Amino acid sequence: MQSDIKKLSLILLFAPFALWITLLIIIPHMGMVVLSLREKVAPRVYEFGFGNYIDFINEPIYWNTLLRTGSMSILVTFLALIIGFPIAYYIAKIAGKRSRGALFLLCLIPLWVSDLIRAFGWILLLRETGVVSSFLLWTGAVNQPIEFLYNDVTVVVGLVYTVILFMIVPLVSTLDGMDDAMIEAGYNLGGNGLTVLRRIIVPYAMPGIVSGCIVVFMLTAGSYLTPILLGGKNSSWFTEQIYDQFITRFNWESGAAFGFLLLAFTSIVVWLGLRLTGQTLANTVAKQ
Amino acid sequence: MENQEAFDLECTGVSKEFGTVQAVDDVSFNIPSGSFFSILGPSGCGKTTLMRMIAGFENPSAGDIRIKGKSVLNTPPNKRNVKMVFQHLALFPMMNVYENIAYGLKCIGTDKATIEAKVRDVLDRISLPDVAEREIHQLSGGQKQRIAIARCMVLDPDVLLLDEPLGALDLKLREAMKIELKLLQHQFNTTFIYITHDQSEALVMSDHVAIMNEGRFEQIGRPEELYHKPTTAFVAGFVGDSNRWSGKVVALNGDRVQITTDAGQALWCPQRAAAPLSVGQSADVFIRPEFIQAVRKGAQTGAAGQENAIEGRVDSVLFNGANSRVLVRGPSGELIEADVVVTGGTDDLRAGDDVRLDWPVAQSMCFAT
Ligand SMILES: Nc1ncnc2c1ncn2[C@@H]1O[C@H](COP(=O)(O)OP(=O)(O)OP(=O)(O)O)[C@@H](O)[C@H]1O
Ligand SMILES: [Mg+2]
Repeated sequence: MQSDIKKLSLILLFAPFALWITLLIIIPHMGMVVLSLREKVAPRVYEFGFGNYIDFINEPIYWNTLLRTGSMSILVTFLALIIGFPIAYYIAKIAGKRSRGALFLLCLIPLWVSDLIRAFGWILLLRETGVVSSFLLWTGAVNQPIEFLYNDVTVVVGLVYTVILFMIVPLVSTLDGMDDAMIEAGYNLGGNGLTVLRRIIVPYAMPGIVSGCIVVFMLTAGSYLTPILLGGKNSSWFTEQIYDQFITRFNWESGAAFGFLLLAFTSIVVWLGLRLTGQTLANTVAKQ
Repeated sequence: MENQEAFDLECTGVSKEFGTVQAVDDVSFNIPSGSFFSILGPSGCGKTTLMRMIAGFENPSAGDIRIKGKSVLNTPPNKRNVKMVFQHLALFPMMNVYENIAYGLKCIGTDKATIEAKVRDVLDRISLPDVAEREIHQLSGGQKQRIAIARCMVLDPDVLLLDEPLGALDLKLREAMKIELKLLQHQFNTTFIYITHDQSEALVMSDHVAIMNEGRFEQIGRPEELYHKPTTAFVAGFVGDSNRWSGKVVALNGDRVQITTDAGQALWCPQRAAAPLSVGQSADVFIRPEFIQAVRKGAQTGAAGQENAIEGRVDSVLFNGANSRVLVRGPSGELIEADVVVTGGTDDLRAGDDVRLDWPVAQSMCFAT
């Protein structure tokens, strides 16, 4: 009786999750895989084969774009970590109890504006006739308008800005759980600022760092709007290739193959990253 | 000339204000090498603040702190040879026991072989030789305690500070750790400064105890001194149990004073040599339960009655083996505690009995208020 109720509640609780997983994750991806394995041999005639993947390998532009997306995403993740960590540390450990909530909220404000609007905000600031360029002209620092858009630096800056929040949130929550006495003990036992950071704070925050990095990396590699709008035609972001295959060329088979490749590639990068830093996914759950 | 080297720690006129809060107020004391010194005081009296100043986490607003004769006011916390056991121990959960203990040694650049030897040695000394590879969460409360101490002792500190380290343990373990701590202190022969608000901890373990109240030291002395010769009313009330009456000095008679309590009871006390009382002053009288003799009224006693006596009726008997007490309701309705021997025989006092309480003048204590 008791166990029946337990079983029932487990099923009821589990059902939405299972539905979500199957309907929105498993089935579409299976569809993608099946789709990507169809080769077009004549109009409306398809047969099974790896042609779409072979096309990808044979065309350097494609895999160059994928590698470029990957390395730039790693750079963005790294920058987000370097910039986000001190911010998170300040919010969690240095700011007073009252200002902490306000600061955290301040970090969340950009989320209230859509991606698109944020990207347009950057465009307003950085284009040739934009705020920054005009200001520099006005001060006389330069004598002709400068185009800040459409280069890699802008894309990276824009991406860091969009994703940094997802780095700060997990970091704040792990650092928040850290007893101040632990830091003081670090100093008391003879450590200097660097030792305490390296041996105590960072290892303690590792779960937050790992989960923040994974989320940020995945979000960056899969982002579309920011690189396209800020990087323009030559942003060469892999999602743009996928979009191109699906929408412009109407080549769904190859688009599906690309989508699957992106997923596989980012998963491998995450796995490699975990291996190289000696972390495991289980580490993303804080100790104790 | 004073021998400066004899003291591990000297504080002179140390004060600390937080805004308008005077957390520590003009505290001075010296701690001789190798002693167990406790600071005992009620919650919020500034004990932790004092300790944090010694460790270097707060700067005193005034005064000087010297360790081994050298002022440390301008020394950062990580350069002071004062180690601290935190209230919740603050062991590093991401390191195992070995790494926790080795941390401090690595910070001062000790080579690997020496670290290994020292860690093994200190683990032996705290009698936990086999836990080096354990994770912190695999240790029991008492083991964590000892690791926290070992982590400090391996660095050979001049002074070890302990901030209520037994606070998080359950009662049974606390009793055991009290003795253990004392033994560890003997073994390492290092000066321990132990902070607590539990007087039994302080009295049992310490060579010297300082009683702290509202940021000031009320009295420093050996545990038995504090118990039997308190110098202030606060100490008399805070250390040990005592009965207390408020009253006025009505007469002086050589080395005695007579005080009439607010309820009109006349009590004799010894005059205080240090701060003599004068007629008309208001004063508090303290008497400890173990000095009060409770006798059933009309019963024949061998000993002659003492000078101080109060009559009352037993309200209840608190049986606790050798520490049994009676609560007696005095003439003005106050409850007076007195130690009694409960044998289980027919002579035992029972609730409702009329009794006479008496005690020697020499054992009462009075303080001007
Ligand atoms: N950082 C601070 N800012 C302002 N006031 C403080 C600060 N730290 C302590 N105080 C105040 O100083 C006083 C003494 O505090 P402290 O922590 O030293 O007490 P304590 O004796 O250790 O008490 P407990 O036994 O409860 O630990 C308290 O009134 C406290 O509110
Ligand atoms: Mg405290």
